[in-house]
Amino acid sequence: MSSRGKILATVSKNQPAYSQLPDISFLKGDDDNTVARFIDTLTTIGGKVILVETIADVRFLLLDELNNHARKVTTVPLLGDMMEMVNKRLHDPHTMENIDYAVIEADLAVAENGAVWVTEDKLFTRVLPFITQHLAVIVKAGNVVPTMHEAYQKIGDSTYGFGTFIAGPSKTADIEQSLVLGAHGARSLTVFLLS
Amino acid sequence: MTGNKDHAALAEVFNKDENRVDWHDETLWFIRKKRDLAVKKIDNWEELRETASQIKNNVLSNLSNYLQEFEAKASANGVIVHWAADAAEHNRIVLDLLKQQGITQMVKSKSMLTEECHLNEHLEANGINVIDSDLGERIVQLAKEMPSHIVLPCIHKKKEEIGELFHEHLGTPAGNADPQFLTETARQHLRDVFLTRRAALTGVNFAIAETGEFVVCTNEGNADMGAHLADIHIASMGIEKIIPERKHLSVFLRLLTRSATGQPITTYSSHFSKPREGKEMHIILVDNGRSIQLGREDFRNSLKCIRCGACMNTCPVYRRSGGHSYHYAISGPIGAILAPNLDMEKYADLPFASTLCGSCSNVCPVKIDIHDQLYKWRQVIVQKGYAPTAKKVSMQAMANVLGSSWKYHVAGKAARTVMHLAPFAVNNKFNPWYKHRDMPEVPERSFGEWYKINRNK
Amino acid sequence: MKVGLFIPCYVDQFYPGAAIATLQLLEKLGVDVSYPPNQTCCGQPMANSGFEHLTGSCNRLFIKNFADFDYIVCPSGSCVLHIKHHLHSENNEAEAAAMRGKVYELVEFMTDILKVKTLNAEFPFKVGLHQSCHGQRGLYLSQMTELVAPAFSKPRQLLNMVKDLEIMPLDRPDECCGFGGTFCVAEEAVSVKMGQDRVTDHLNNGVDYITSPDLSCLMHMEGILHRRGSKVKVIHIAEILNGKRNQDKP
Repeated sequence: MSSRGKILATVSKNQPAYSQLPDISFLKGDDDNTVARFIDTLTTIGGKVILVETIADVRFLLLDELNNHARKVTTVPLLGDMMEMVNKRLHDPHTMENIDYAVIEADLAVAENGAVWVTEDKLFTRVLPFITQHLAVIVKAGNVVPTMHEAYQKIGDSTYGFGTFIAGPSKTADIEQSLVLGAHGARSLTVFLLS
Repeated sequence: MTGNKDHAALAEVFNKDENRVDWHDETLWFIRKKRDLAVKKIDNWEELRETASQIKNNVLSNLSNYLQEFEAKASANGVIVHWAADAAEHNRIVLDLLKQQGITQMVKSKSMLTEECHLNEHLEANGINVIDSDLGERIVQLAKEMPSHIVLPCIHKKKEEIGELFHEHLGTPAGNADPQFLTETARQHLRDVFLTRRAALTGVNFAIAETGEFVVCTNEGNADMGAHLADIHIASMGIEKIIPERKHLSVFLRLLTRSATGQPITTYSSHFSKPREGKEMHIILVDNGRSIQLGREDFRNSLKCIRCGACMNTCPVYRRSGGHSYHYAISGPIGAILAPNLDMEKYADLPFASTLCGSCSNVCPVKIDIHDQLYKWRQVIVQKGYAPTAKKVSMQAMANVLGSSWKYHVAGKAARTVMHLAPFAVNNKFNPWYKHRDMPEVPERSFGEWYKINRNK
Repeated sequence: MKVGLFIPCYVDQFYPGAAIATLQLLEKLGVDVSYPPNQTCCGQPMANSGFEHLTGSCNRLFIKNFADFDYIVCPSGSCVLHIKHHLHSENNEAEAAAMRGKVYELVEFMTDILKVKTLNAEFPFKVGLHQSCHGQRGLYLSQMTELVAPAFSKPRQLLNMVKDLEIMPLDRPDECCGFGGTFCVAEEAVSVKMGQDRVTDHLNNGVDYITSPDLSCLMHMEGILHRRGSKVKVIHIAEILNGKRNQDKP
């Protein structure tokens, strides 16, 4: 018998009597002040939040910021004239190695943990938000939900090859519990929150 | 490294440096306190734990179906699914996958399962260079040690020691122990590794039966940097890591990191469904004793574990003995109830490395009855004959005396008389109690004797 | 109601004062209490060491001595927890089950059954309250810091009825003292370190006395205090609640 066969046979034999799956629909977050809580949480964990009204405001703020960086890319069409545009999957993601600043979009953000949800169809190349030195994400304030329960309700049964929650800049506290921002992923995270 | 020593002996060595024990204990207690602060912000935290516990109970009761469902869905997504009955088979599968593609270098992100399987040693012995990309794991790799904690691999190391390691292996200036500087050095060093490795191996935090996807959580982004740049991504997973539906991730992702470090979530919670176009994604479903543990009625709940490490942070014994005293890949309370299943003789000491205080069971996000299982393992281990002979003899004698009223009274009186008349008989170096504690004072009468005189019964 | 007094073996032999205080306290509260003289030990030292299969004779003796009481009261959380979980009978499991339901630790007996509201006792000292793990997490005598749940404490409730007693806050209110049964000698280094840390916490917070519903913890901490030459004393909660100054000398 193959290992698969052996494992499944032993598991079937040894598993306990059926135990009902609980209904989790009663678990929900609090709708109050979600945006304020998102801002507060993300800021506490080392991210930056900038409240803006329109994409024009983002463009305006970026004008200055972009001068600080050598290679800048974006997946956002409305910013495509300001920096290098990424709108299809790159054959070789290694060529993204020297990206300093990347601006992407997220359709969903979570107040309780400051995370944004991005999927491959919006990233085009999976490594982009990790390999860039600095990351900026544009999110609509109306798409901030209270908790992960609402987040997964929104995600539903959508299909993606890859998706990720990103909560702040990469970090580590492995050296005597000293928090250092900027481990292997992006050194900084800025969220432009569109009201 | 640890030879034949058991937890008590290793812990005694650890305790020789009291300042260091205090430092280790306070660091981990600090993390326990951060966990408390984070969980108290969730009003229905206890409901969340109960829900997670029930989901995991369902998983264990339906594991065979869920595994097959997961395999079908993952395969349909283009993920190649392998099954490994034990550690050796897991290691063989990984090696074969690399050899097939002529790969001699691999980057790895945190996977306690691969520690359990001793994967790195097997690969190195077969000509494969493996670099651990998690900073804590890279540090213990350079030090040629096992991780001492499942979430904080080098929590036992001081920054000066880490600075020395980096000086020796990565060329940093001698004496530099600045965490910022050392982390930046690791970033540069590992960035080069990520960019040049064609193979990346990750662990799996959760695998979803409903969709065939799996989730990998990191703060550093190292799992993603490895996987998204490699030609082949191998994910190693214990069969108990399955959860039924995608929406259940909301429960587990809310519990995991708050329990582990007090953060609301890890920086990255990456959901892998399909390989990148033209690349390969493999998942290895590993048994290695889990199906046996599943059949142990008293101990199967240990398979609900989501590897958060909260039990270690709260355990007053772990904090004062360090992970290496448990001489197993997974230490602390959860290690003590998992390990005897694999090798009861080798790990017979672990369930006794506890006062059964119960703190662990009450921080466990999936409500594993850890301290009850520690008690039950003790009974099993003794019944199987793994208790030391001296202990068997003294326990039999104790049961004999305490099981008889007249023998108990005679023995009690004798003990008190000896202690009263010849205190040196017990106040000496042969009495382990006396090493650092005074013996209790001897009263003139026992309560029983007082009662007889004063209550005339 | 007839109450049988169950005194832990080591309390009987080494800390009779606490047993006397328990008896007197119950008598003062109007309880018809007596002490079956042929009792020995609950069996916990063997059971916790993996030798539960040797506790048959302890179980038999316990059932024989305490069968005729309405309640069994004991000044020790760990012994009560052991009986509640592990008292069994080869011949009459129903009787053992009934007895498991009748056994109470002293503090919970006073708050839950007797529903004591006032005490005639004074103890004008600073007191550190040690939450013994088996009493706290096992018998739920008080809330534990691990859980997100409302605070409560039965020992504290009773201590608050004692005149001029001040309960001092601790840095780690419910960490284990490290006694743990045979652990105290089998893992001597860790046990002592845990005890030292507990004692230091109490000393840092300026206590005159350390109290607890469990004497095993106190015995361990007392051993450390004496070795340190500290003036801080341990005292079982029964002795405080009984009004220490009025009790008979053992």
